[in-house]
Amino acid sequence: MPLSMVRPGERVRIIEIKGGRGIVGKLASMGFYPGVEIVVVSNSPGPLILNRGGIRMGLGYGMAHRILVSPIP
Amino acid sequence: MKDKEKAKSVKIALAGNPNSGKTTVFNNLTGGRQHVGNWPGVTVEKKEGKYSYNGCEVTVVDLPGIYSLTAYSLDERIARDFLVREKPDAVVAVIDASNLERNLYLVTQLLELGAHVILELNMMDMVRSRGVEIDTGKLSAVLGIPIVETVAHRGEGMDELKEAIAGAQAERGDSFKIDYDHDIEGEIEKLQNAASLPGFPSRWAAVKLLEGDAEVLKALENTEIVPLVLESQTKLERHLGYDLETALVERRYAFLSGLVRESTRKRLDLMERLDLSDRIDRVLVNRFLGIPIFLAMMWLVFQLVFSLGAPLADWIDAFMGWLGEAVSSGIQNVGGPPWLCSLLSDGIIGGVGSVLVFLPNIMLLFLAIAVLEASGYMARAAFVMDRLMHALGLHGKSFIPMLLGFGCNIPGIMATRTLESEKDRILTILVNPLMSCSARLPIYILFAGAFFPRNQGMVIFSLYLMGIILAVVVARVFKGIYFKGEVAPLIMELPPYRLPTLKGVLVHMWERSSLFLKKAGTIIFLGVVLIWFLASVPFGVDYASQESIIGKLGSVFAPLLKPAGFGSWQAGVALFFGILAKEVVVGTLGTLYGVEELGLTSAIQSHFTALSAYAFMVMALVYIPCIAAIATIKRETNWRWTGLAVSYSLVLGWGLAVLIYQIGAFLMTLK
Repeated sequence: MPLSMVRPGERVRIIEIKGGRGIVGKLASMGFYPGVEIVVVSNSPGPLILNRGGIRMGLGYGMAHRILVSPIP
Repeated sequence: MKDKEKAKSVKIALAGNPNSGKTTVFNNLTGGRQHVGNWPGVTVEKKEGKYSYNGCEVTVVDLPGIYSLTAYSLDERIARDFLVREKPDAVVAVIDASNLERNLYLVTQLLELGAHVILELNMMDMVRSRGVEIDTGKLSAVLGIPIVETVAHRGEGMDELKEAIAGAQAERGDSFKIDYDHDIEGEIEKLQNAASLPGFPSRWAAVKLLEGDAEVLKALENTEIVPLVLESQTKLERHLGYDLETALVERRYAFLSGLVRESTRKRLDLMERLDLSDRIDRVLVNRFLGIPIFLAMMWLVFQLVFSLGAPLADWIDAFMGWLGEAVSSGIQNVGGPPWLCSLLSDGIIGGVGSVLVFLPNIMLLFLAIAVLEASGYMARAAFVMDRLMHALGLHGKSFIPMLLGFGCNIPGIMATRTLESEKDRILTILVNPLMSCSARLPIYILFAGAFFPRNQGMVIFSLYLMGIILAVVVARVFKGIYFKGEVAPLIMELPPYRLPTLKGVLVHMWERSSLFLKKAGTIIFLGVVLIWFLASVPFGVDYASQESIIGKLGSVFAPLLKPAGFGSWQAGVALFFGILAKEVVVGTLGTLYGVEELGLTSAIQSHFTALSAYAFMVMALVYIPCIAAIATIKRETNWRWTGLAVSYSLVLGWGLAVLIYQIGAFLMTLK
């Protein structure tokens, strides 16, 4: 499911990043790529903030739809 | 090999992710011997410094904070070009050791490029406090590079670092390779033979071509390799079933996570519980609370700047008045010529003095900005505003340049470098001058103080607000005319919230305030002397009277300004010289009216009304950026956009002032 549908506090795993030019690479170089687990800090909805092992990433409007994740039971 | 003989001078570079402590390391190494300039051809700041060690002079170049070495971001391109062109003797990779895997991504990119890397594991205090041990021997062996552990903000490890740097040219690690798996490696080998790019390692070039790197592709565009690249890419993607860029990334991280697993003794808990920073973010970045909190924060800043700044400003004002008189009588007593008296007292002290009066306010403003930046809140602000910015057709990252513009438009315009999309960038630059810079503040304080003494803060806030609203409207308009299209997505790392250190904040504040002082010392000083001169000739004329050259100049502009309520030649002259620097407006008025006993405030009160004062302030808010800002806009864009920026602001400024005055005057007749 797209990241935009995840509630704050939930843990998910990144499955796919539908990027345009360089988005995949850019997110990857910052530590976010398919296979990693992340916690959604804020998505009220509003700016999306993710946390992966202490690295906090803010994603602006529109990005949340492009990242597909699966919940971690 | 030159192991025995140490070279007399050595050049190294510092590379690393943002927030890895790189700046602290740079400061630790170079101390006061720093120089800030520009990377050639662009206006990205280039910091360079020196230090001596064991009879060797080491030059340190601070590369911009980056995450990798792709061609998509200007900062990364600068780093890449520097490494290839200048081939530094060593590259110190400053790493936040508590985020080893992510930080090492850049290191692998550096190694693939063939740089001589020294790995500096910084922030080791964080690592140790979490009970994690890093096997540096293992890391060093696998990567083939020396490793140093440091805690830069405490100065620990600096000597070991310098020692490692000194030894770096002697050692050369093995060539580093990431195994990208059989099929990809096959294509790499094929391309490697055909990819010959002078200065770049061929394997690196081959990988970049597969990745779709625009710059490498462009450099090789006329060779036979281009169709080969396409062929390899298609073949691999068909085989893999998904896109090649993702595949390459996955291989790199597979290597890295394996490496990190083997070299750290306690696995860093990747799933942090929500810590304090996150809890704070829940509130501050909240959809409903975020914007009101932000506005409240800004309001607080304004109140601080004025209520604390006012008494200090008054003190300086009194001092300047005393100084002017003392100098004046002093010169008369020694029988000095009256023109010298006038130059020093009316011209310099009157002019520059009336601007220095505002130093406390400006310093407080920069202090507030420094605190907001250091605490980490500024980054969040970009996100809080992102949704709003998006609705206005702007990028969330435009917000920080605009915010900086409140201090000074020049760093604000230069900060637009963080915007990857050229369209977003130019648009932000065009409206940046509407963010009322600190140099215009003296104008507001003077006029608001003279006509709205009980509501000074409110009136000035209304001007800033007007600037913001205008920026939004103008941006919308320009976007519709010139920049149709989608806004690039906002992706930004958020630093953890931290308590700003007093030292750090004061240093930051002083850096920017000293720029203001330098301006006062040079441009404003020269401008004020020039004005004094034009006000004193032709010889024999009364100082600053209408018959002087400056008076005549002002009279030419006066009729244009009449519909705006301030059709006096003094106002015309003051606004005209505001092109030099906005502080000069007050300085000019100070010089033209002289620092009389009653002071500039009374002079203003007799030449303006409350309505025309407000109209004047609006014009000062909008009309034409200062020469330095115009020059910066030109450097960042081209003559066409610069011309547009200048012309629209002049027209809009004048138009608004006229509108306000005319409507106001009309409303008053209805009473």
